[in-house]
Amino acid sequence: MMPELGKYAVAVIGSYAATVLLLAALVMVSLWQSARVKRTLREVEARQGKTDV
Amino acid sequence: MSIWDYANPTRFMQLSAVLLPVVAGLSAICIVVGLIWGFFLTPDADRFGSTVKIIYLHVPAAMMAISAWFMMLAGSLIWLIRRHHVSALSAKAAAPVGLVFTVIGLVTGAIWGQPMWGTWWAWDPRLTSFLVLALFYLGYIALWQAVEDPDTAADLTSVLCIVGSVFAFLSRYAVLFWNQGLHQGASLSLDAKENVSDVYWLPLVVCITGFILLFAALVLLRTRTEIRARRVLALLARERMA
Repeated sequence: MMPELGKYAVAVIGSYAATVLLLAALVMVSLWQSARVKRTLREVEARQGKTDV
Repeated sequence: MSIWDYANPTRFMQLSAVLLPVVAGLSAICIVVGLIWGFFLTPDADRFGSTVKIIYLHVPAAMMAISAWFMMLAGSLIWLIRRHHVSALSAKAAAPVGLVFTVIGLVTGAIWGQPMWGTWWAWDPRLTSFLVLALFYLGYIALWQAVEDPDTAADLTSVLCIVGSVFAFLSRYAVLFWNQGLHQGASLSLDAKENVSDVYWLPLVVCITGFILLFAALVLLRTRTEIRARRVLALLARERMA
């Protein structure tokens, strides 16, 4: 199933690996920041008796 | 109902809560389908050999790197003219996403350039303007972090964004302005003669669609985070004053 990449295998696989790594890191950090801020907001609102945004 | 109604943070949060899962799901489908199609089911190119498969990453990332800056420009101009906080926060949210796309464009370009041009890097007009664009992204993000007052930060970063648009524009059209350097012309164009061959074009369009949707999903997610963070700051300020 794996295509024959010949002498350029390292370049092609390297490009895909670098892209997947960078995009995965971006998505993970974005999700982590979102969860962290949501939790903080919930705590502050609970303390002040406000409703969630 | 006007489009400006969505500048209301509550309206934006309601709409984005519905849109986000749909956009994220479509993005994942397009990227997976496009990359599998491009990587496994397209032949090697005469000139590029198997490195042609890098086009499915390099072109969409580079396109989005430039487009992200223009989206930030739109958000910045709306902030400067109409003072809608959501537009400034969406520009702020888009910057790290644009930076990552720029880095992907630079890294995949260097990896592709080495076997094709015999060098990882050249001070070619397009490569150089792209590197400057990456530096503008870093400066923009740093400026948001450096200024404590959010409205002042939005004002200053908006001005920086307008200045940086020159380099975003140059990154796109440098090849046409200076007919020199190593980088080839556009892979996609409204002129069908300039497009890559159909066998590469179709999966490339699917990948580009996936990257556009991924950008939209991440900007929606990050803008929601920024709006919540702004509300936390407002509530804490009120708490301190009480």
